[in-house]
Amino acid sequence: MAETLISVPPRARRGEIVEIKTLISHPMETGYRRSQLGARIPRDIIRLFVCTYNGAEVFRAELHPAIAANPFITFSTVATESGTLTFQWTGDNGFSVKETAEIRVD
Amino acid sequence: MTSRTSRREFLRAAAGLAVLVSVRPAEATPETMQQAVRAVVGTSSVTKGRVKLELPPLSENGNTVPMTVSIESAMTAAEHVRAIHVFTEKNPQPEVVSFRLGPRAGRARISTRIRLADTQSVLAIGELSDGSFWSAEAAVVVTLAACLEET
Repeated sequence: MAETLISVPPRARRGEIVEIKTLISHPMETGYRRSQLGARIPRDIIRLFVCTYNGAEVFRAELHPAIAANPFITFSTVATESGTLTFQWTGDNGFSVKETAEIRVD
Repeated sequence: MTSRTSRREFLRAAAGLAVLVSVRPAEATPETMQQAVRAVVGTSSVTKGRVKLELPPLSENGNTVPMTVSIESAMTAAEHVRAIHVFTEKNPQPEVVSFRLGPRAGRARISTRIRLADTQSVLAIGELSDGSFWSAEAAVVVTLAACLEET
């Protein structure tokens, strides 16, 4: 199971723009490298990251091998209502990780 | 005239062969990058400006280069940034990342860390809700390239 680190402010004012930082442990093997024996190391990357806010998509990133290992993404969203932010990473070899974070909006 | 190959001929042929067999790792060229850009923008024209692409001018480690892209926008339902796409000229593959956002993002400013296989320029293209495309370019000198061989 890949480790994740998510930073979401626990509380925000209604309409405030909050910054969200996400990090996930993953080698992001490019598929262009070769082992010392000359064999091509197969690609193993996270291809998609999606953030939803109470079920509605607010941000999405389509990743390619040029994203560094342990993908780190910072983006923002408008604090509209109290609820749950869901973060989903999917990729090669059936990789799929889902995390959630709560936000309280006053 | 004998059919024996002279040493000089042999060396010349060997040198030619060496040039033929020397293999370079696959890399995106400005042309393949243009094709990748076309695949995203279609027939629309791309204007320089509005997009801000922040990258260090000099990077000691191409394996992880911090990058921030932003576009000044009201981010309302009527006027917002739909997507930001990033491309490179000399990585094995021109596409780097595509971010899709909308009015609920509040602000069009995204940071991540990218790989650069060589000293090259990076291109960011912003897609606005009115269908227009804007771009920014940044040159990065890479001293240690993102490694392509060995583990």
